Amino acid sequence: MDAKGKVFKYGENVDTDVIIPARYLNTSDPDHLAAHCMVDLDPSFVERVKPGDIIVAGRNFGCGSSREHAPVAIKAAGVSCVIAPSFARIFYRNSINMGLPILECAEAAEGIEDGDEVEVDFSSGMIHNITKDETYKAQAFPEFIQKIIASNGLIGYITK
Amino acid sequence: MGMTMTQKILAAHAGLDEVKAGQLIEAELDMVMGNDVTTPPAIDVFRKSGRDKVYDRKKVALVPSHFTPNKDIKSAEQALRLRAFAEEQDLFYRFEQGKETMGIEHVVLPENGMIMPGDTLIGADSHTCTDGALGAFSTGVGSTDLGCAMATGKAWFKVPGALKFHLTGELKDPCTGKDLILYIISKIGVDGALYRSMEYSGPGVKTLSMADRMTVCNMAIEAGGKNGIFPVDDITLEYIKRVAPERYEAGDFTIYEADEDAEYDEVYEIDLSEIPLMVAFPHLPENGRAVGTFDPIEIDQVVIGSCTNGRIDDMRLAARFLKGRKVASHVRCIIIPGSQRVWNQCLKEGLFDIFTAAEAVISAPTCGPCLGGHMGVLAAGERCVSTTNRNFVGRMGHQTAEIYLAGPPVAASSAIMGRVAGPDELPEL
Ligand code: SF4
Repeated sequence: MDAKGKVFKYGENVDTDVIIPARYLNTSDPDHLAAHCMVDLDPSFVERVKPGDIIVAGRNFGCGSSREHAPVAIKAAGVSCVIAPSFARIFYRNSINMGLPILECAEAAEGIEDGDEVEVDFSSGMIHNITKDETYKAQAFPEFIQKIIASNGLIGYITK
Repeated sequence: MGMTMTQKILAAHAGLDEVKAGQLIEAELDMVMGNDVTTPPAIDVFRKSGRDKVYDRKKVALVPSHFTPNKDIKSAEQALRLRAFAEEQDLFYRFEQGKETMGIEHVVLPENGMIMPGDTLIGADSHTCTDGALGAFSTGVGSTDLGCAMATGKAWFKVPGALKFHLTGELKDPCTGKDLILYIISKIGVDGALYRSMEYSGPGVKTLSMADRMTVCNMAIEAGGKNGIFPVDDITLEYIKRVAPERYEAGDFTIYEADEDAEYDEVYEIDLSEIPLMVAFPHLPENGRAVGTFDPIEIDQVVIGSCTNGRIDDMRLAARFLKGRKVASHVRCIIIPGSQRVWNQCLKEGLFDIFTAAEAVISAPTCGPCLGGHMGVLAAGERCVSTTNRNFVGRMGHQTAEIYLAGPPVAASSAIMGRVAGPDELPEL
């Protein structure tokens, strides 16, 4: 299993401004960004999140500006994976490039509830909801994307 | 199952026989582009890659065009970093002010013969989709992508699905590609093409000039699209023969066509003869309305230029309506040729005589006011008719300023009338 944790569930169109507000963009230090992650949507997120936890959300996650800080903040907060029916195009790119795994799966986004325990296998795309004992299938990452994620992002991948 | 034109280009660049929508692939790039804003962070990324040299000195284009000629010390330093890197890497293409090759990135790349049909390219700028007009796959990315692509010559993509726009008929004079794309965005909305290609086809294509096609592809991003793309026809071939004679003669390009059984999420039938002159109201490009269907709106400024409408065709159209007339006394009409080549051509054709006689002001090629940079920033409450592509809140200056997007005929007519107006409202000469 590549990711395992408790789910934080959010709605549709979670934009990059709530993921990391522009007022915190005077630095690109991941720890500093992580300390304010999701603050305008869920102020207690940062206190509650534990390493490995998973975000599940509605469609068009990450819409808005093209700031690379958004996936950096989520990743540095300890989140191991984001699952949604769809992601905004540039957020999708930036997440993979920053080494944050994100999976598109409408069934999982529908079936999984806040607080569920979930595990994910990136090579097969299988998402297992331990709490409800349900399984959902997302498209698996091809090998090179798995390598980018394993290398902690595009930079690590191309320096290998 | 068949592939769309975009999918075929991507499959070929990924070394695959077939790709389908949603698939993740890694593709070879024929060109990688950055500008004065996005290149400095990409240079930092490139340094971290541990490479000394870019993957191909002929395939990396760094174009300073946003805040140039430098508007302040910060922008001067950004442009300097770009210039120093281009020098260090001995890049083949240079874009220094005053040289024929310089201008707004999306105007100069095709104009300098740097894009050929069938190419795949990325640019760290959302309007990189402009080059789809040449039958290439071209899309915007972030600075990390740019930095890594400068090092490796590769980028990963999620293969897009597509919307098909089947064009028939012919645009009525003086409507242009700008009216067509504003019309399309008013129908499908600013996320109507999210993730997807906007592919154009049908007998109407041959009635559109290269300039029209570039304007249409330029604004694919304003519909949320990943790219816009036109089929390659005689008009495309004539164009590349003119701008890239050597590569044309050498057959250094590939023509891709969508398969008959390619799958589209949606097919739109558009009769070009029914497209009216359009204006997109503040503050979204989807707020398009036909000229003549709204009450008079007083304006303070007109901007004619940008990567959307800064080509010689646009300058000629503006001149056609400004000729022998004068800009309204309370209006500033700012004309910005999109490249040095366009600027020189305007001079040669006597267009500048027409503009100055009309009391318009002529700028050096730059993005300038399009992104609220310089050369025409708006004060609180001011209204501007602009041939640019975005009318978001604060895009051109103060948050309470208003931008009305239109093509050159409406922009020029509005400058004369002092209000948002079409050419048929102009007084007889
Ligand atoms: S003209 Fe405007 S839209 Fe085009 S590249 Fe420059 S700033 Fe961007």
